Order: sequence, then C-alpha cells, then structure tokens
Amino acid sequence: MDELKRNLLDAYQRGFPVSPTPYKDVAEKLGVSEEQVLDAVKELKASGALSRVGPVFKPKSVGDSTLAAMAVPTERLEEVAEMVNGFSEVNHNYEREHCFNLWFVVTAPDKARVEAVLNEISDAAGLEVLNLPMVADYHLDLGFALQWN
Amino acid sequence: MELTEADHKLVEVIAPGLPFVSRPYAVVGEQIGMDESEVIERIEKMISLGVIKRHGMVVRHHELGYRSNAMCVWNIPDERIDEIGEKFSSYDFVTLCYQRPRRLPDWPYTLFCMIHGKERDAVLKQVDVLAEECGLQDVERAVLFSGRRFKQRGARYAMKESQ
Repeated sequence: MDELKRNLLDAYQRGFPVSPTPYKDVAEKLGVSEEQVLDAVKELKASGALSRVGPVFKPKSVGDSTLAAMAVPTERLEEVAEMVNGFSEVNHNYEREHCFNLWFVVTAPDKARVEAVLNEISDAAGLEVLNLPMVADYHLDLGFALQWN
Repeated sequence: MELTEADHKLVEVIAPGLPFVSRPYAVVGEQIGMDESEVIERIEKMISLGVIKRHGMVVRHHELGYRSNAMCVWNIPDERIDEIGEKFSSYDFVTLCYQRPRRLPDWPYTLFCMIHGKERDAVLKQVDVLAEECGLQDVERAVLFSGRRFKQRGARYAMKESQ
C-alpha cells in the first residue's frame, strides 16, 4: 500500500473534516492534491480495505440494535446464513467457532422492529435466537492502530 | 440527546458513507433537501454530543491482514463488570468492549471484548495477558474466532420497513 493510503488510514479514522471541502482539507494537510486523495479513497474502497468514510454512531443512539446468535447445525449453516442476510436490518453476519456458530447484528429504527426481526429469523430457521443487546459500552472508539510491517 | 426528524433523515443518508466528491456534504444534503451548511452543523452537533463516536475512515480489518478476529467473552461477576470493562478498554489491542446480559443456562458471559490480530496464537496470548493482568485466571471465558463473513457493512437506519 502506498504512503498516501497508509497516511489516510492512520490519520483519518477519526477527525475527518466536517467542512465544505473535506477531501481538499485533508489533501492540504498531507501535502498532496484533492484529486490524489479522492483517487486514493476510491482505490481503498475498491480494494475492500475501506468500508466507508463517514460517521460511526454510538450503539443505540440512533434507533436500536442488538447482537444475536444461533446454534445452527453445520450442514444448514450456509442456508440459514443466507436467510439471515436477506434482512436489510442485518448489517454484520459472521460464522464463529463455538456451538453458537452464527453471530449477527440487527439494527432498526426501534426496539419493536429489532425484536420482530429476531422472531422472524427464529421462525424461519426453526431455531432459538440468543438476544444479547448492549448494556454498557466501555470502549472509547478512536479507530484502530494499524501495524504496517 | 433526542434526534429530530431532520437528524434522522440525515443519519439515513450519511450512514452508508460519504460520496467521494469535492463537496460530499452538499451532495448528501441535496438528497434530503437540506443545505450544505445545515448538514455540517447537524453533523458537528452529533459529534459534540457523542451520538457520533468517530467520523472518518472505517476500515475492514480482514482486508488489511487482520485475519484473526476474536470475540472474547467472560463471565465477570456483576459487581466487577464496570471495573473490568474499563480495564480491558485501556489495552490497545482491544477494539470494542461491551457488557451484555447473561442468558442462562446456555450463555453465562457478561463482558465481551473484540481483538483483531494477524495471527491466532498472538491473539490467544493477548487474551492470556488480559486474564493475568486483570486477575481473571479463574473466570470462565471463551474465545470465538470468526470464520466466514456472510455480511459486513454499515448499519442502515431507514425508517421505512423493508420486509
């Protein structure tokens, strides 16, 4: 990865300018052109290393969300994962090494919709869903310190 | 903070990420009939009130070589959860730390922390460091490494139901 991309990921996981021309402001700080910054973020996005540039909301400050898990028989995992993915309210959906092997995050405008989605998923899979909403958040999210070596 | 209807509309258009154009705040504002200056003002307010935890590049760890993503869960007694949660959060390698409810009998764990590492063994060592330095060697725990990622994207906050 080139130096500009590394600098962008190191310096701007937080504090991205909220000004009329943020990419230009970033470019000036890094001593490059606005076009170079725009090209770099487009390339980072295309490579998959960058999910997006924008806000990370505090959980439950906008709408409601929960982490949920299911213990899915191995031979049904792909089929159930695909069904779960079909819900637009599901934004993360991972396999994990445990008897609870499918973990997903449901985000919706309110708690009633979150619970409705969990019930629909549970009914469609014919499996219990473990509902694990956040109770407290201890981590001040400052972004992730990447090791480039 | 109570978000207004205008805030919610704005959240909906910025949550998927800003466009890669010279005036991104003007472009997202156009989608909801809001001036660039009002978009900026409302985002600044959400940042200052903590509704937005951070604003900037959101990376995908796996694509950057962090392939060992572990959710480490601990059965911390209720009265020690705040203390241990704050301790865990002071470690650089802990990327998220939440309290969540116990669901007995299947799920005894109360404190969740996420560790994104390049090597599985290194992550397991970091979990041992947490246990030793926080005096949790005897606390029941589990380390759930991730396997396949079936979906990974930012949350959507559309008010309309999509199903």
